[in-house]
Amino acid sequence: MTTQAYAVELKALRKSFGKTEIIRGADLAVAAGERVAIIGPNGAGKSTLFNLISGRFSPTSGEILLNGQRIHGLKPYEISRMGLARSFQITNIFGRLSVFENLRCGVLWALGYKYAFWKFLAGLDDANQRADELLHMIKLDRKRDTLAMNLTYAEQRALEIGITIAGGANVVLLDEPTAGMSKSETSRFIELIREVTVGKTLLTVEHDMGVVFGLADKIAVLVYGEVIAFDVPEAVRANPRVQEAYLGSVLADAQAAEAGH
Amino acid sequence: MANSVVKSGPLGRVVVWGLFAVLLIVLPLLFRSSLALTMLSQMGYLVIICLSYNILLGQGGMLSFGHAVYTGMGAFIAVHAMNQATKGAIWLPVSLVPLVGGVAGMFFAALFGYVTTKKSGTTFAMITLGIGELVAAMSLMFPAFFGGEGGVTTNRTYGAPFLGLTFGPQIQVYCLIAAYCFVSTALMYAFTGTPLGRMLNAVRDNPERVEFIGYNTQWVRYLGFIIAGFFAGIGGALAAINFEIVGAADSLSSVRSGGYLLFTFLGGATFFFGPIIGAVLLVLASVLLSEITKAWLLYLGLVFLLMVMYAPGGIASLIMMNLRVAKSGKLARLLGWYALLAVTGALTFFGIAALIEMIYHMQLNEALGPVLSFLGIELNVKSAASWAGTVVVALIGLGLFELTRKRFALRWGEVQGEIEAAIRAREAA
Amino acid sequence: MEFFTISMLNGLSYGLLLFMLSSGLTLIFSMMGVLNFAHTSFYMLGAYFAYSISGAIGFWPALLIAPLLVGGLGALFERYALRRVHKFGHVPELLVTFGLSYLILELVRLVWGNATVPYGLPEQLQGPLFTLYGTQFPKSRSFIMLLALLMLLSVWLLLTRTRIGLVIQAALTHPETVESLGHNVPRVFMLVFGGGAALAALAGVIGGNTYVTEPAMAGAVGSIVFVVVVVGGMGSLAGAFLASLLIGVLQTFAVAIDQSLATGLHALGINVTDQTFGHDLLQLSVAQVAPILPYLLLVLMLIFRPKGLLGRRDG
Repeated sequence: MTTQAYAVELKALRKSFGKTEIIRGADLAVAAGERVAIIGPNGAGKSTLFNLISGRFSPTSGEILLNGQRIHGLKPYEISRMGLARSFQITNIFGRLSVFENLRCGVLWALGYKYAFWKFLAGLDDANQRADELLHMIKLDRKRDTLAMNLTYAEQRALEIGITIAGGANVVLLDEPTAGMSKSETSRFIELIREVTVGKTLLTVEHDMGVVFGLADKIAVLVYGEVIAFDVPEAVRANPRVQEAYLGSVLADAQAAEAGH
Repeated sequence: MANSVVKSGPLGRVVVWGLFAVLLIVLPLLFRSSLALTMLSQMGYLVIICLSYNILLGQGGMLSFGHAVYTGMGAFIAVHAMNQATKGAIWLPVSLVPLVGGVAGMFFAALFGYVTTKKSGTTFAMITLGIGELVAAMSLMFPAFFGGEGGVTTNRTYGAPFLGLTFGPQIQVYCLIAAYCFVSTALMYAFTGTPLGRMLNAVRDNPERVEFIGYNTQWVRYLGFIIAGFFAGIGGALAAINFEIVGAADSLSSVRSGGYLLFTFLGGATFFFGPIIGAVLLVLASVLLSEITKAWLLYLGLVFLLMVMYAPGGIASLIMMNLRVAKSGKLARLLGWYALLAVTGALTFFGIAALIEMIYHMQLNEALGPVLSFLGIELNVKSAASWAGTVVVALIGLGLFELTRKRFALRWGEVQGEIEAAIRAREAA
Repeated sequence: MEFFTISMLNGLSYGLLLFMLSSGLTLIFSMMGVLNFAHTSFYMLGAYFAYSISGAIGFWPALLIAPLLVGGLGALFERYALRRVHKFGHVPELLVTFGLSYLILELVRLVWGNATVPYGLPEQLQGPLFTLYGTQFPKSRSFIMLLALLMLLSVWLLLTRTRIGLVIQAALTHPETVESLGHNVPRVFMLVFGGGAALAALAGVIGGNTYVTEPAMAGAVGSIVFVVVVVGGMGSLAGAFLASLLIGVLQTFAVAIDQSLATGLHALGINVTDQTFGHDLLQLSVAQVAPILPYLLLVLMLIFRPKGLLGRRDG
């Protein structure tokens, strides 16, 4: 067995809101560099899982480990500083700052500038260079000085990804990155995601099975707050528990999508 | 917040700051009366105070109803320091007193700010109100420090002259104020271009997201609060030097805090130079407008309300919007409409103002009889004709203004559409 | 013992008055997310309208008419000003209500002048309700308590037993859903805002002649009401109730206590003179400290329990 720590590990994770238990003992072990798609019916707790991992909520019980270190119960910024970044299902950008400024904000902490008020942003060459690189990566060069709130939806989603990877985090969580996009936008976006997350560990929540197959090495199936399967796509499709949970409908879509390739 | 008036490079910046410095030097030479000098001095430190307030409001999105605490405490510590220096107990030249005020403001901002910045938005506003009332109420409990009803007086001419200035005559005080105004403004502008300054903007736009890029939102707010407190203290100390007296009922009151809020917002919280306009208006209103009419606070309230509803970016945003239109060469089309708006607006305004003045006259000036003079016209509060006349004028003016405004809005929308289309075309090219 | 009972009753009546004010504020905040800075201005308007109306046709009609008038004005304000600003965010909403409070203050000073107006109690409410241990408990204060409890009861009945009440309750947490079900949510907002204003005015009608009616009355009680709302927990009606009573009783008791730390030390045999370090602080009587107690409570609450006593929705 490998002695390396997993990038992300969930052990017997539980989360209740009042009397309602959303996550009921989830176990997951994602190795470094793996790309995992988390799928499951609505209400299974996928977003809650992300919120738990990224520190927005703290678990009722159980453990979350990032590269072998305990992160459950830590604040979001503490977890972020340890190398985990996440994007949001509802676009979460800095509306009144320009695209370039948005990206630059994302790199500041990682480059060590912290709460400095004695340095000028204009003079921080590494931050400015990195922001320009990111700008190019997410292909928003033309919109460098546009205010983020004036971008189109797809552009804002791209910026969202840009901010997420800006800090150079090694573990990236993407929450329904292609939500609300058309087919052509989606396939372009998947390309973008693949490019910008090379060498990183990726966890994404997705409903679109085409995206899942295009992006993921492994699939984790979350049903009623439990991970009932975690394996390569073919094995997951053949898994009887998964078939039972989905009643074949989603998998039929997947088969159709596969047939279309 | 848009933090550059001129987008062009270093040369543009030198020009703007040079102009600012020249203005500070030249204004007292142009307006030589003692009234003008008093007003310019007040504008000087109020610019610092309103800019410090905007660090919270415009940059950080924090609405504070208790900023007077920090200007006031800066003022009180300053007068006590000056009194100690006059006695010879400490060495502190007058020219350095504002720094003492700044440190005091910073100290109290650090003290109260930790609890205050625990929350955001509406709750934050309520906490600042509560702490403002707390400090104001406490001032009655410690008359030795706060001077009770009479306040604390001081003398600004103590010690050896600084570069030949004794700070006795008002013009010399103005020089001190102007110097601090220039440096403080420059520092606060510089702050907007630092990592902390920018993260403060990010916290304003999306406090939650900030946590996920490695920053502790509360800490960003707290540090911004302390920096704002520093400059507030400088402003307060300069006010203390200017008047040589500080009174608790006035300097720490929520009315004063409300004033900072009102005028910073009026000037424009979304642009760096907005609060400068606000500070100028504050002095003009409280010194000049209050002489013209007893109802000046009412007019102020009305203007503020209308601003919040129709132009929440303040006067600065109105200027910038029109500058953008002018740059695209389309301003000429709107000038005629502006003129029409001004005329109908004036008609409405004077009708309403006449009504207000008549009511005030009834209320407050009974001893002077029923007749008052309004812009040279005689109005009689006992005559139905006067009342009817003013109401009719106001209503007609309002109706015409509304008609004009709707047409103007159409034209304005057209122009904006053209400008935006041009921008998109440029981006696509 | 007598001091305790009378002070307790006084404190409760003041606390209930505070609750009449903070309940409307909490309702508006819960539903619309707007903290109505002008709420205590409606309180003041209620008092002044009642003063003018009772001067013309008597107190008891004024008790009905003044709140309705103010409620109408509140609804108009919501419709034409607040709604306009809603899309700009929470800060402009707060600012517009702040502007309104400023405007109302100046209008009141314009029409009724700067001095206290002689808004007196009607005959039926003058004098003591009962005399306890030689101290009188006024009819007017007991009327406040009665009115506050009636108001609480009727609002509770309205919210839980009527159809419009259920719609309001639903709109409290899910306005968009309620709108998609076909209800006119903007009209509901207008009703709630007007209703809140009317409740504040009702408090003013009875508070104005029990206490004092002057332009400063809005500001005097304003910050305390906000403290009540924050201490009770933003958005919690039960929390506002608890906090109102707590602060009402606290202040009433404190104002009556003339002891200070110095008298306490004196009882222990330590004398505090003008030469003692910190004598200013030690010689402060509790009565002198009373005005800042609510704010101290606010700060302490924020340090140790930021959610408030029973807080739910965060500001």
